[in-house]
Amino acid sequence: MLGSGIIKGLAVTAKNFVGSYYDPARMTTVEYPEQPTVLPENYRNFPFLVSENATDPMGTLRCVACQICEKECPPQCIIIEKSKDKKPDANGKMQLYPAVFGIDTSVCMSCQICVEVCPFDAIKMDKVFEIAATDRFLDLYLNREQLAKPNTYYHQIHPEEAAEVDGRLTADRKAAEEKAKATAAAKAAAPVAAPKPADSAVAPKPASPAVKPQDEPRRLVSPKPGEGGSPLGEGGPAKSS
Amino acid sequence: MSTSQVSGFNTQVSAPGPFGGPAGPTVRAVHDQFHGDLLEVSMGPQHPSTHGVFRMVVTLDGEQIVKLKPVFGYLHRNHEKIAENTSYLGSMPYTDRLDYLCSMSTNWAYALAVEKLDGQPVPDRAQYLRIIMAELTRLLNHSCLVGFLFNDLGTSFTPLLYAFREREKILDLFESLSGSRMMCNYQRFGGCRVDPSPEWLEAARRLAENYPRFLDEYEAMLTGNEIMLARTQGIGRLNSTHAINAGLTGPVLRASGVDYDVRKIDGYGVYPRFDFRVPLGAHGDTYDRYMMRILEMRESVKILSQAFRDLPAGPIMDPKAKLRGFRPKAGEAYGRIESPKGELGFYLISDGSPNPYRYRVRPPSLINLTLLEEMCLGHTVADAVVILGSIDIVLGEVDR
Repeated sequence: MLGSGIIKGLAVTAKNFVGSYYDPARMTTVEYPEQPTVLPENYRNFPFLVSENATDPMGTLRCVACQICEKECPPQCIIIEKSKDKKPDANGKMQLYPAVFGIDTSVCMSCQICVEVCPFDAIKMDKVFEIAATDRFLDLYLNREQLAKPNTYYHQIHPEEAAEVDGRLTADRKAAEEKAKATAAAKAAAPVAAPKPADSAVAPKPASPAVKPQDEPRRLVSPKPGEGGSPLGEGGPAKSS
Repeated sequence: MSTSQVSGFNTQVSAPGPFGGPAGPTVRAVHDQFHGDLLEVSMGPQHPSTHGVFRMVVTLDGEQIVKLKPVFGYLHRNHEKIAENTSYLGSMPYTDRLDYLCSMSTNWAYALAVEKLDGQPVPDRAQYLRIIMAELTRLLNHSCLVGFLFNDLGTSFTPLLYAFREREKILDLFESLSGSRMMCNYQRFGGCRVDPSPEWLEAARRLAENYPRFLDEYEAMLTGNEIMLARTQGIGRLNSTHAINAGLTGPVLRASGVDYDVRKIDGYGVYPRFDFRVPLGAHGDTYDRYMMRILEMRESVKILSQAFRDLPAGPIMDPKAKLRGFRPKAGEAYGRIESPKGELGFYLISDGSPNPYRYRVRPPSLINLTLLEEMCLGHTVADAVVILGSIDIVLGEVDR
């Protein structure tokens, strides 16, 4: 019968209309500002810098200004300037820190590549998305002070991932401490045992106790020897969270 | 200047013009004989029915189209040249933005090309995950398409909203897995980025299981609708010879009855292990192209249920895969997949440096669009909008 298809279609529409009042599968809209939805844990928006301590965010940034993220960022929205002096990091090792660290969020495309390539777990993805600004240039350019957020905040927004990162960092720290102890002991023992040519090979080691590559596979792959500065060894695959 | 030179495509138009003779010369003939004015209308680039910034310069005789010239390039973002200046990894998020409805598939095509270039193996679990993502993407792309098609037909928003409701469920899955609804950036060379949790897999399995119910409802609502049949059957016919000659791929080609599916022909990934059929059309009209999408979604659901059943445990990343400082050996490779829109290929030439020497995308949307004039001649403007909708273009991919 002509028109039966239309009537069947209208029946479906009616079913959907009625269903939208009681069937959860058909109730999909949320009144956004009043009813905030829960973001999934993996949600990402813009990067932020992790600092160990909330009271002194600038002094305890994990970032050592290695500029890997700056180089890898596809839209080139990260600006880093290395510091002139060095500060001790969480492992007690003297490291550079970023004198300038800026992210232009109007250029950033939230691709997470900076997070994946960072060998120090220093940059992570934030979840804040209500970031309307009145100035197109200055308000959307986030500087070091605006980007630094404590590790506790990271635990809040990505609990599982942060726990995994913390576990790995503590393991690294422990290994570094043991290494330092071992090298110190070797140093103490060395002058007594053999003050011969072999000494010169041992001597430089204590100067940089933490530089030795860790055995544990890391999130990242180390750069080529010529490519410069990462203290990490041969790495494994990207770990999933 | 003859019309064939103006149009740029289809130098010999074979479809009959409004008054019998071949369409090209008829433009002149009609004008001379009846002194009727031909009207040149520019549809787009800002036009809601062109699915983006796409422009059609249509020459109208009354309401019939006697000439149609597609104009694109308004969304050109220099993707290929940018990719030649960034690292291999750096291009991956840009591929999300090619076909922004199906970022998972586009990622896979690019990863496939790079893996071919470097001879990189991919673990089994990652292969299955890729198929799951690609088929979920096919579901969301095709539901989007049938929704928009009805929007073009004039059913303002009801079918589109129902389709979007289902699409949103898939996007929620993608968001909880990869962190972003549409710009997933999920595939990596040698595997995938995130391993889904068992809960995620269960949710995805349930979604795929329930999808046929949505399709049944959708078809009950629209497939038998008399207005829809009158508006789509016999409209925008494309015969298989033309389609093959123009290099069309995907559902548009298969609607014309040509059995060509890269999943079957190339057997990339682990597709040969799956049991599915390739639907074929018989008439090559808009209705066939619509049905092709519905049938493909049903096949995708089949593939998904097999993938969830057989998904092996294991690593999702090849242990030798390098994320940073990736330099494939010198050579060239062409990786292609059956994206929801057709054959999507990435052609790469490497000279051993961290950047590709040459990077070229074969976008199915652009190539499928080249026969738009062929399909539209003799039809009205309202039909041209529907025909364009049935080709399924995404301007991010057309213009790159």
